[in-house]
Amino acid sequence: MSDMKLTVKVWRQKNAKTPGKFETYKVNANEHMSFLEMMDVLNEQLVHDKKEPVAFEHDCREGICGACSMVIDGQPHGPLQATTTCQLHMRHFKDGDTITVEPFRAKAFPVVKDLVVDRSAFDRIIQSGGYISVNTGQAVDGNSIPVEKDVAVKAFDAATCIGCGACVAACPNGSAMLFTSAKISHLGLLPQGEIEHKHRTLKMVAQMDKEGFGYCTNIGACSAECPKEISLENIARMNRSFINASLTTDK
Amino acid sequence: MQLDSKIPEGPLSEKWKKYKSTVPLVAPNNKRRIEVIVVGTGLAGASAAATLGELGYKVKAFTFHDSPRRAHSIAAQGGINAAKNYQNDGDSVYRLFYDTIKGGDYRAREANVYRLAEVSTQIIDQCVAQGVPFAREYGGLLENMSFGGVQVSRTFYAKGQTGQQLLIGAYQALSRQISTGAVKMYNRHEMMDLVVVDGKARGIIARNLLTGELERHSAHCVLLATGGYGNVFYLSTNAMGSNVSAAWRATRRGALMANPCFTQIHPTCIPQSGDYQSKLTLMSESLRNDGRVWVPKNLEDAKAIREGKKTALDIKEEDRDYYLERRYPAFGNLVPRDVASRAAKVECDKGLGVSPTGLAVFLDFSSAIERYGKAEANTQGLTNASPEEIKAMGTKVVEDKYGNLFEMYEKIAGENPYIYPMKIYPAVHYTMGGLWVDYNLETNIPGLFALGEANFSDHGANRLGASALMQGLADGYFVAPYTIGQFLANEIRTGEINTQSAAFEEAEKQTKSRIDRLMNVKGNQSVESFHRRLGKIMWDLCGMSRNAEGLKEGRRLIRELREEFYKDVFVPGNADDFNPELEKAYRVADFLELGELMMIDAYERNESCGGHFREEYQTPEGEAQRDDENYTYVAAWKWDDNEPQLTKEPLVFENVKLIQRSYK
Repeated sequence: MSDMKLTVKVWRQKNAKTPGKFETYKVNANEHMSFLEMMDVLNEQLVHDKKEPVAFEHDCREGICGACSMVIDGQPHGPLQATTTCQLHMRHFKDGDTITVEPFRAKAFPVVKDLVVDRSAFDRIIQSGGYISVNTGQAVDGNSIPVEKDVAVKAFDAATCIGCGACVAACPNGSAMLFTSAKISHLGLLPQGEIEHKHRTLKMVAQMDKEGFGYCTNIGACSAECPKEISLENIARMNRSFINASLTTDK
Repeated sequence: MQLDSKIPEGPLSEKWKKYKSTVPLVAPNNKRRIEVIVVGTGLAGASAAATLGELGYKVKAFTFHDSPRRAHSIAAQGGINAAKNYQNDGDSVYRLFYDTIKGGDYRAREANVYRLAEVSTQIIDQCVAQGVPFAREYGGLLENMSFGGVQVSRTFYAKGQTGQQLLIGAYQALSRQISTGAVKMYNRHEMMDLVVVDGKARGIIARNLLTGELERHSAHCVLLATGGYGNVFYLSTNAMGSNVSAAWRATRRGALMANPCFTQIHPTCIPQSGDYQSKLTLMSESLRNDGRVWVPKNLEDAKAIREGKKTALDIKEEDRDYYLERRYPAFGNLVPRDVASRAAKVECDKGLGVSPTGLAVFLDFSSAIERYGKAEANTQGLTNASPEEIKAMGTKVVEDKYGNLFEMYEKIAGENPYIYPMKIYPAVHYTMGGLWVDYNLETNIPGLFALGEANFSDHGANRLGASALMQGLADGYFVAPYTIGQFLANEIRTGEINTQSAAFEEAEKQTKSRIDRLMNVKGNQSVESFHRRLGKIMWDLCGMSRNAEGLKEGRRLIRELREEFYKDVFVPGNADDFNPELEKAYRVADFLELGELMMIDAYERNESCGGHFREEYQTPEGEAQRDDENYTYVAAWKWDDNEPQLTKEPLVFENVKLIQRSYK
């Protein structure tokens, strides 16, 4: 097990109202640690020195809850493709490296503290229409709605979005098009969700704009940085649906 | 104290049907005036809050996460069981019921488990209607697989991300109710105490985690869907935030904690790699469908592998011991979790472990890759495919089935599992114990309900794979929304609950002094270091195998640790601020009490059953030896700092005959 001596530059910010700045720390790590375990070591050190540890969000540490959210050396979730911060391991860094850690930065994601940001705008986008309107107990037998396997796979791929917000942090415009389009695709592709598709698209896009997310200019950084590799195809699908719905809906 | 489980009269298969059609209802005009608090928004909480909102109740839902979508239910990989019998392989409600009772080693309530099996089919229908993208066959119908401890294929799944997809379904249903105003959502709010007014649960004290402010919230009843307490072991597959505090605060207010020592140790987790680790990662049980578990037959080979001089590939077929297939020919690699975990421990204790720490066994997919490869070659009409081609085709099939799990393994372990077999070892995963509830899912405090993993009710001493998701959603969508009617029908004249009463005042004051106490210790050791030490005591003395002496010792050690904690813990920062260290501190404080109760419960149960393996009680072959005559009961504990009191609820089996559980 080889030891690594690292210099970590971390963004420290008390709250949204106070300006933040980088602080530099030395951390001894090893290659088997995950990135968050390295941050744990740093925090343990800070607590030991009676200082406030770095606030960062994390929960499942299995790459699925979407809580972890740092920008590492300029990239949301760090340098490894299709990987959340919690699944990034130190073997992808070298002894002596200097690593910069910042919060996700976007107008619609205000900083709460240090590396923690407020992503509740995503919840409000889902609340505006990201569901199928079915009450508990109303469902017909599961197998009475056959779904073509390829369609089910596409819907599933869109549904794997973990709502982490890396797409927004990666986008120079701070756009949430990938997140919103993934939900619109997931539900709209399935026969169960197709019925409300137009209405859903219009409402979710409107909410997205209201939250202050930027526009899409086809850069593609969102998809490149997405830990679940959500495809840009979803944005194209959403744009088509939006135009179609705007022209044809009678609501 | 007498415990009344309130199981309805009548034959097993008629109980729930009859109950549903006779339970008192609350009229729509009254529902609008009745408030319900739901704490926790995982599968059980989100589905309950959504359903209650749809029904017209005024719901307030609380989560300590920044969004309900982060709940730990999301991490469940494998699948969800339902007695649909879509595969025509002989499944039925009764068989699912029977498998669950047997899998739980006859320590669960028949009526509750039967109801669970009964509503399982509705869950699948509901989830499909919500747009949960389950795996499908080419004909467009739902696909199933088999899981540990059963001989039918009844598990529905969405790749290795079933929990995520089901939770998103429930989250979306909840979001819909939030948008209509039926549910008011409190993100980043943690329940700090339960408020009991005149003997009934009437509200909670919540802490706004961003501002540290304590808030009073009242309602006519309180539902706890706050998950399990596996993190008492520090290292577990639970998410970092998972904790016992909500349930423990209820226990401190008089709710009974049932069978706390029933812990599930999951056999297939990625082994620990170092002391800095705070979290273990599960590899889904579904992998045991295709993976074969083995260790080398010879100690020398195992040693060479540990030292890195040999790899699994160097060990010849005849020098491998597929010990599960050898010991349990009927179920092979698909024995239940408790059995598989203990068997791995037995091999590693013999010195046959294969990781540097000696605590790992192999999970090998090479047979499956070859089998699938040959089948694929057949389908494509390739009669003389080379072994390499067959391997490539087989690898592709395995990748389609388990791709994301293999990827995750490679990221963590740094080794390619398509070539080298995975290394796995058991880890704490789930807690069958929890708040005692009756058939209505109501605790012994009127108006306090517990759903999902937070209650003890359905899994006995061992939970079968793919039934946690089933239970969470059953409780939330289909059980609690009916059963709370029993309580709320008497509350229509109560009117709004006042938060200025003495009970609220007192609870808030106590919460504040608890926080102040922790902030004011100003000692020298981190919360994390105490948690780690607690976890080690729990794992060593109350883990995969236990004995009377160790449990007594464990209790003493925990009491000492608790004392030290309040003398020397250091919590940085302020209480009136966003302070994750403080959150950890009050959660660990509760674990330090729960841990003691687990030791006591395990000590008191002089038998081995399911996940509770007492070394003194085993068959000559080393299997768990139950004592049905003396221990066929639920152990429900009332907490007391000095001597917790035990109340027994006898378990009555009218439909199932108790036999020695055998998977041979």
